[in-house]
Amino acid sequence: MQAFTTLTSRFVPLPIENIDTDQIIPARFLKATTREGFGKNLFRDWRYDSNGNPKDNFILNNPEYSGKILVTGKNFGGGSSREHAAWSILDYGFTVVVSSFFADIFKNNALNNGVVPVQVTDEFLKKIFALDKEATLTIDLEKQKIRIDATGEEETFDINHYKKTCLLNGYDDIDYLLSLKEEIAQFEKEHTV
Amino acid sequence: MVRTIPDGPSVLYIDKHFIHEVTSPQAFKGIEKRGLKVLRPEKTVATADHNVPTIDQHLPIKEELSRIQVHQLLENCANHNIELYGLGHPFQGIVHVIGPELGITQPGMTIVCGDSHTSTHGAFGSIAFGIGTSEVEMVFASQCLLQNKPKLMRINIEGELNKGVVSKDIILHVIAKISASGATGYFVEYAGSAIRALSMESRMTICNMSIEMGARGGMIAPDETTFNYIKGRLFAPGNGQWDHKVAQWKELYSDEAAKFDLEININAADIEPMITYGTNPGLGIGIRGSIPVTDTIPDEGERRNIIKSLQYMGLESGKPLLGMPVQHVFIGSCTNSRIEDLRLVASVVKGKKKNENVHVMIVPGSQQVAAQVKAEGLDKIFEEAGFNVRQAGCSACLGMNEDKIPAGEYCISTSNRNFEGRQGAGARTLLASPLTAAAAAITGVVTDIRDLEKEFQ
Repeated sequence: MQAFTTLTSRFVPLPIENIDTDQIIPARFLKATTREGFGKNLFRDWRYDSNGNPKDNFILNNPEYSGKILVTGKNFGGGSSREHAAWSILDYGFTVVVSSFFADIFKNNALNNGVVPVQVTDEFLKKIFALDKEATLTIDLEKQKIRIDATGEEETFDINHYKKTCLLNGYDDIDYLLSLKEEIAQFEKEHTV
Repeated sequence: MVRTIPDGPSVLYIDKHFIHEVTSPQAFKGIEKRGLKVLRPEKTVATADHNVPTIDQHLPIKEELSRIQVHQLLENCANHNIELYGLGHPFQGIVHVIGPELGITQPGMTIVCGDSHTSTHGAFGSIAFGIGTSEVEMVFASQCLLQNKPKLMRINIEGELNKGVVSKDIILHVIAKISASGATGYFVEYAGSAIRALSMESRMTICNMSIEMGARGGMIAPDETTFNYIKGRLFAPGNGQWDHKVAQWKELYSDEAAKFDLEININAADIEPMITYGTNPGLGIGIRGSIPVTDTIPDEGERRNIIKSLQYMGLESGKPLLGMPVQHVFIGSCTNSRIEDLRLVASVVKGKKKNENVHVMIVPGSQQVAAQVKAEGLDKIFEEAGFNVRQAGCSACLGMNEDKIPAGEYCISTSNRNFEGRQGAGARTLLASPLTAAAAAITGVVTDIRDLEKEFQ
């Protein structure tokens, strides 16, 4: 996993609430057996028509918007547990998703892939959506701050202390769990269901 | 719990790990890259369900990517000594149907699967939740997961259910009440006399949809109904162990003094047969109700959300759904494809024909359910009604195989998600109970099952 410390970038605004993982990556694209290549189908049915032509009115098809930060409406990533949603976001080039609320499983999946879910207040989210398209945001993971660079307004965001350490260093959970091998074996001896 | 990291998550030991073809291949690749084997293959059970065709399952899978994915599961299970109930095996079926029916799912276990509807198994008083593929890899490598303690919610449903109301209506009512994200961060216990009175299969339907309000897990305290269901199943504890196990299971309930972060009380008599009109499972109404008038919704985000939903669904603010024509009925999925669901459907359609304008797909949850359908002669009832009876799999619940609903057409579905494009690009899904789905199959329109029964009395 790629380590994450700070990021200053423009952002892509997607002011829609309750975006579920079926919208992020539809089920018919889950047939691959590797983690790579999902970015081209990110938001597939919002991004392309049934003939595969880009829809002009969808933000990812608007060249005036770009950046490594995706900003979305409340309750992002609900529904299916498919980690392909996090993979497609990362593969497309986003490393931060900002929203005022995240679904649980998506949040874990994002954290396990080095995509930082930054949860802000509804008010702060509104301010971001009101910015012009050249504006940049800065995310400082160590300080747990998100800043609107043009105005200097900032907000603190929550992140699990353990997960923060993992992200800052690029560690993943498996390394940690493998280090507990003997403790787990001992647990198995003492507990049988 | 193996240990708790100070100021961080706990290391949770996993008693049973279910896997399927779609969310496991990258996890196998991951541990192989580290030079590891699955640590406890005997605690892992595999099936092929998401991707499989539901006709001609004895033939090679036509679609190349699906065939590769199912074949990789076979190879991975062989390489890692994992029991696989693959295509053609008499135990094959939807992962959340086969676990309980084989007696693998038992009270008090920690159960995970790379599928959000793993919450189904909570009906047995197990701690069961869906995980991502990185977490599947963690369980492969260590039989453990890192988890933060969830908040606790209890939903009490007291009293007797109305006629025509079944467990699917209970859970759709609950989700409509607390919204599609209202239980995010929580584990939910369902309690109360209306829950106690339900069969195990009905309880599974309720726990199954816990994720549709954002909760990772839902659970029901085990009782005699639970023990009677498990007893005698293939992997249930044998005679020598049974009494000891039941004594342990009887201890699994919330203490009188248990504190919940949120408690919700619902009167069973207030629950009507339910149907959804929007593109998340929280957008549901009583079958005789009307779609909300969007102008009167105070919250701007929610208003925009519902307007967007109605645009996709081709429905109008303020209008009722009753009497609206539908082109498809889908009966199946890990929510409602068990034998009791199919018996309910049969009780409605017996001796009748489906409406000529509606296509009806009925997909048993497992090979064993399909066998039981045959044994009881329900397949004859369905075939005589003109239903398309198919083989076990997830099918049109998520449209990963060829079972899809065409763009723009309406489908009354017993599945769990009405998201945009869930049943096929552009498909419009109305979630409902098996009874309501069966009624629509006969009439071709959104129907209150109680009206249909009156008509035929």
